Amino acid sequence: MEERLLMKGNEAIGEAAIHAGCRYYFGYPITPQSELIAYMAKRLLKIKGATFIQAESEIAAINMVYGASAAGGRVMTSSSSPGISLKQEGISYLACAELPCVIVNIMRGGPGLGSIQPAQGDYFQATKGGGHGDYHLIVFAPSSVQELVDLTIRAFSLADKYRNPAMILGDGLLGQMMEPVQFKEFDEKNIPSKEDWALGSSHGRKPRRIVPFDLDPNELEKIVNKLGQKYQDMQKEVEYEVVNIDNPDIVIVAYGSIARIVKTTIQKAKQEGINIGLVRPITLYPFPYAAIEEVANKVDKFLVTEMSLGQMVEDVKLAVKGKSQVSFYGRTGGVVISPIEILQEVKKLLD
Amino acid sequence: MLDEIIIAGFGGQGILLMGRLIAHAGMLEGKHVAWMPSYGPEMRGGTANCTVIISSEEVASPVVPNPLSLIAMNLPSLDKFEPLVEKGGTIIVNQSLISRNIYRDDVEVVKVPANDIANELGNLRVANMVALGSYIAKSKSVKMQTVFEALEQTLGKGSEKIIELNKEALKRGEKIIIG
Amino acid sequence: MGVKKLMKQVFTKPKSLTDVPFTYCPGCHHGIIHRLVAEAMDDLNIAEDTIGIAPVGCAVFAYLFFECDMIVAAHGRAPAIATGIKRVKPDNIVFTYQGDGDLASIGTAEIVHAANRGEKITVIFVNNAIYGMTGGQMAPTTLEGQITQTSPYGRDSKTMGMPIRICELLSTLNSPAYIARVALTKPAYIVKAKKAIKKAFQYQLDGKGFALVEVLSTCPTSWGLSPKEANEWLNEKMIPYYPLGEFKNVEEVS
Repeated sequence: MEERLLMKGNEAIGEAAIHAGCRYYFGYPITPQSELIAYMAKRLLKIKGATFIQAESEIAAINMVYGASAAGGRVMTSSSSPGISLKQEGISYLACAELPCVIVNIMRGGPGLGSIQPAQGDYFQATKGGGHGDYHLIVFAPSSVQELVDLTIRAFSLADKYRNPAMILGDGLLGQMMEPVQFKEFDEKNIPSKEDWALGSSHGRKPRRIVPFDLDPNELEKIVNKLGQKYQDMQKEVEYEVVNIDNPDIVIVAYGSIARIVKTTIQKAKQEGINIGLVRPITLYPFPYAAIEEVANKVDKFLVTEMSLGQMVEDVKLAVKGKSQVSFYGRTGGVVISPIEILQEVKKLLD
Repeated sequence: MLDEIIIAGFGGQGILLMGRLIAHAGMLEGKHVAWMPSYGPEMRGGTANCTVIISSEEVASPVVPNPLSLIAMNLPSLDKFEPLVEKGGTIIVNQSLISRNIYRDDVEVVKVPANDIANELGNLRVANMVALGSYIAKSKSVKMQTVFEALEQTLGKGSEKIIELNKEALKRGEKIIIG
Repeated sequence: MGVKKLMKQVFTKPKSLTDVPFTYCPGCHHGIIHRLVAEAMDDLNIAEDTIGIAPVGCAVFAYLFFECDMIVAAHGRAPAIATGIKRVKPDNIVFTYQGDGDLASIGTAEIVHAANRGEKITVIFVNNAIYGMTGGQMAPTTLEGQITQTSPYGRDSKTMGMPIRICELLSTLNSPAYIARVALTKPAYIVKAKKAIKKAFQYQLDGKGFALVEVLSTCPTSWGLSPKEANEWLNEKMIPYYPLGEFKNVEEVS
């Protein structure tokens, strides 16, 4: 059995990235993810051939990612909400140019400068595109430090598989907390070769061109349709966890750190004879529409809890297709929902 | 077993380290643990606090609105967290810096002159370890020996002198409980 | 056989250019600059190891014209992208090709910091004092009093600032290895420009550091002048404000 290490979420993401063969990191400091950029500096500056750059801006950082990925590097950047907004142009270019990379968003309260406390207000931005044009990221929503590790490694693998940017959508709570983690053995031989598309020396082959545009509408449509097909193919990568859904009085849908809090609500409710189920999306894109619909065939009450005004709830409503009643409970501004608050909301709905 | 602890005090009192050592020791004993700091501007010199959960079951919520145990290293921390402690819980009070009595009558109170003992040991900075020693002895959530081990792993080689001093402080805190 | 003996070929297209016809307007200097870059790549025999970065602007189509690996950048970000590429492929030659809006306006932060980090890249900076592709708006390098779509009464330095001299600005930094400004309005200038561009690539090959060549260029279409008038305007108006020469050269400094 691998050694258990006590690690802070932000640092665990960094170690997981390096464990997965990431040797290029470009970022800009912002709370509450600053431990991650510091960790990458500490580790990568000691690895021969690796690159760490504290970029002049979030915009420069994401464009360094664009260049490094185009040259075939396994590359990551990280930030928190306002910084991720700044990166959106570059993310759109990465998606159009089909360049793989991992982007970490340790969400904080918004909009605007917002707060530095945990929030989930970037769900729309992460899952519906975020920048301009038709595109999607592969989006993971870890809910423990171990999942930050496992899903960061998986994000690199799926980014390469689909040649698409992948995002780890965490929040300040996950980034700051410490939990024991294990690193499963990773064989760098599993990293796919990029020799057939990356830029480099063109001896013995035709020069390659990475071009995220086409002024001919018919040609650009072909590019966009190819992306569209890719998003269809990605649907099979959907991941979720279900807890206690055999015969619950109500089902809660929550992701990330809030799903952890809901698990405490479930325990407390049990003591009072209330049976709560949980569906926890692990991938937010692709979203587990089918799994939620299946639950909706058996359960007539849903509650969606988020640290937002209600964003994922829209996808849950789409999944449920009107078969069940979907309610929402959220807190914003960086306020973390407590297990008791959720229990009170459940009782209201069951009355 | 389950304990949910909030540790609070001034920045610079070594609050976060106290929590980390409990979590680290719990991990070494094969328990489920989570450690959660307060973060932001307050971590730069103001008040600091952290939450530790240590359990034989998987840890659900890492956020604890009502802790089973509180270690209050200064008065503002006691004022803030005393009302939140679960009925029947425990409050460890740093008597050296807190002169007032505890208002609650439904919790157990342990008074530890942490700064005074640390001064006796010749280094005020180990006041945190004195209070931690009392907590460990009182709660028995982890073994003292495992805390020593966690301390060695955290501070590492080259810090033998500091480790010894910290162990001494932990033992003095323990003594307040076990006599 | 006989014809070959009699007719000596004295002028060919550089190998480092593709067969795609240029899309630039008559009299525009982009074509000459492309040729000089390609000649430098031919001379140094580096085309097969070179990765070029095309900007947003008229030169966005540069990706079609150079016979080497190419990537198109977001507006102004080419130096950051070059940084990413060069760090992954340090043995390749990386160059950016950027206009004045791209480099001196929206991408100011990227060029300053890439230069300051001493990234081992070559930057070809085309300054024609106007935004060409969008139809002739004011550039950061537009001259005082110059009329454009967005300075219809002439650039007023009181509210629009004075034109930015990028070579002088970047020369205040410690890190850059080579910074020069050239023009193409006379054969002698073109010879000098060719030398500067070649040097900017040679310095990268030698691992000396960041190199930038600013090329003063015409935009007859947006200036509303004939190609001949445009050359004269460049000589009379631009060169006095943007003096030609080397502003930084590690070879001579150290």
